[in-house]
Amino acid sequence: MIPLLASKLILKCLERENVEYVFGYPGGAVLPLYEAFRTSPIKHILVRNEQAGPHYASGYARESGRVGVCLATSGPGATNLVTGIATAYLDSIPIVAITGQVDRALIGTDAFQEADITGATAPFTKHSYLVKNAADIPRIFREAFHIASTGRPGPVLIDIPRDVQLENVKTPLTWDKVEILGYNPTYTGHSGQIKRAVKKIKEANHPVIYAGGGVILGHAEKELLAFVEKNNIPVITSLMGIGSFPEDHPLYCGIVGSHGFEYSNVVMNASDLIINIGARMSNRATSNLTNFENNIEFVHIDIDPAEIGKNMEANIPIVGDAKTILIGLLEKDTVGEHTQWLSDIELMKVKYPLVYDADPPCSELINPKVLFRALSGMTSDNATMVADVGLNQIWSALYYRIIKDRKFFTSGGLGTMGYSIPAASGACFATLDNPKEIFVVCGDGSFQMGMGELGVIAEYQLNVNIILITNTKLGMVRQLQFDNYGKDHYSGTDLNFEIDFMKLAEAYGIKGFKVDNNADFEKVMPEAIKHKGPTLIQCQVHPDFIRI
Amino acid sequence: MEKKTCLSLLVENNFGVLSRISGLFARRGYNIDSLTVGTTEDAKFSRITITVTGDEQILIQIKKQLNKLIDVITVIELKPEESITRELVFIKVKTDDITRSQIVEIANMFRANIVDVARESLVIEITGTRHKIEGFFNMIEPYGILEFVRSGDTGLQRGAHVLSF
Ligand SMILES: Cc1ncc(C[n+]2csc(CCOP(=O)(O)OP(=O)(O)O)c2C)c(N)n1
Ligand SMILES: [Mg+2]
Repeated sequence: MIPLLASKLILKCLERENVEYVFGYPGGAVLPLYEAFRTSPIKHILVRNEQAGPHYASGYARESGRVGVCLATSGPGATNLVTGIATAYLDSIPIVAITGQVDRALIGTDAFQEADITGATAPFTKHSYLVKNAADIPRIFREAFHIASTGRPGPVLIDIPRDVQLENVKTPLTWDKVEILGYNPTYTGHSGQIKRAVKKIKEANHPVIYAGGGVILGHAEKELLAFVEKNNIPVITSLMGIGSFPEDHPLYCGIVGSHGFEYSNVVMNASDLIINIGARMSNRATSNLTNFENNIEFVHIDIDPAEIGKNMEANIPIVGDAKTILIGLLEKDTVGEHTQWLSDIELMKVKYPLVYDADPPCSELINPKVLFRALSGMTSDNATMVADVGLNQIWSALYYRIIKDRKFFTSGGLGTMGYSIPAASGACFATLDNPKEIFVVCGDGSFQMGMGELGVIAEYQLNVNIILITNTKLGMVRQLQFDNYGKDHYSGTDLNFEIDFMKLAEAYGIKGFKVDNNADFEKVMPEAIKHKGPTLIQCQVHPDFIRI
Repeated sequence: MEKKTCLSLLVENNFGVLSRISGLFARRGYNIDSLTVGTTEDAKFSRITITVTGDEQILIQIKKQLNKLIDVITVIELKPEESITRELVFIKVKTDDITRSQIVEIANMFRANIVDVARESLVIEITGTRHKIEGFFNMIEPYGILEFVRSGDTGLQRGAHVLSF
């Protein structure tokens, strides 16, 4: 066997995993890897700040259904990845983060640009490796991709000392079998529990399905639709579950939680059986649910056994993969009688309608709710919407309709500002051969956390439309200040300097539009969508528009 | 209701495995009463015995979270009726010419060993269950305990059962 330089071996391992893109940023501890990139078919995308790297990888992963890869040098490069890795962890997104490390002999000496990145990220990586021996590289890379993408997906970090990258190794390039004794995700549910669930579903008078991100991660949307239509059970989603079920379906019942629809919370509270499929029951989702004391039966389907019973006691726990379990349930006799329940729900929808109206002065500028409803009618059936964090996120989540093959990505678990621009760019790279409509929604605060990446968008002329909601405020925090302390208690939430975003767009060669009323938005947006290449659409919303 | 539970883990001897386990307890706010680590019949694996106190709900979560760690191969609960657990304790007791023989007598009754003798102190080695050790402490306390060190529980399942994968 001819010896191979470990840095080249690493790229060969990535090739083997069918990696197309690495979202990276160079430095001393990864120089050997960058030398290897020159002659590798894998494309390196130079992000403009490592903080964006894991978000690119996340957007790429969510769009393509494959593992996203990001790369950074040791020390500050590696620590810049931390927030993005935590973001991917809380949303269960499969990414592999590769970091350079100082030479083995220097580890533990506080050497220049040394940081214990496996230690720093241990709480929010699914697993991590410090490569001490180049011969382990094929095994570690195979395991890392396997762990990231199977079971409950999540980020895996591989830390590689510089001198390991420079070793010559004689090792088989391929490593097909993965044998990890302590890792064996369960895909098929326990038949006894499934039997109990079948009985409960058939007997329930007021059943609802609560669908989470697990349905999307498990590619179980079709099975969910089939199950719902067979059983006539209404569906409520979590924020991460947006996209798991078409929002124009008569059995769709909105989004639950502190930032959900009022009627959805009312429906959930009136139910007698919740069938939770791949949702975490986080505090943000359940804070409006008051009825849990009153004999609501709770079937919890999740691939991660630790989620079941963590935030809420489950009467019937089913550990397994959403798709496999739904396919199993579809074969069973679960159909019950609840026409009364469905007509009750229609009444609830009427009693707690969505409110679009705004009063002056808010009504004098753009009404974001109306904006997103209108946008729903303009975008293609497979458009991807990537929302940042803040009011902009909630408005787009609630009022932009995810139907057919549309997708909705946001940082739901960690709520990381600055997610949208790099994540949407990652999604663009995933579809570069076959460009589709990809949208960013962000606020003026979150835009400024991600705007460094406009350089990448401009360089590759990514087909992304950035809908920038400007209210010159950190709107959502301002809303919290208003709700908690009253109207004279705003503090630290003014973005006082009014940026000329049109000039900024121009500086990057990005086509800019600026609108301050809904009619104009509806006029320019189709033009922006038609435009080949990136656009920035600045939409002015009144600072006091703080209702969702 | 809070109870003490003894968990036995079989783990892969990978880099950082102990810090992953202790970090898990720290960040989820679980208390470790004691933790012991040692080699096994196979150099690739270690055994870890952890005693924790918590209610049923927390204990279930702890087991699930431990199982999620990739390096953790198996987690079992060492239930008192199905397992043997022991702890090793060294106790340094104050002595003089009068008390020395009394202390030795007590140690003998508990089948403890005297492992160091000095003019004003004795070091006693005792192995046993929590109950036995508590009993011994009660007896020896009046003489003046200068210091002690406890290994924490370690244990095995009874019978032919082995912890494997
Ligand atoms: C990295 C990060 N820092 C702080 C916060 C807290 N936070 C949540 S929403 C928000 C304001 C977002 O402002 P903007 O992007 O302008 O959106 P708006 O709410 O005005 O639509 C802040 C600061 C966060 N979620 N993420
Ligand atoms: Mg804002």
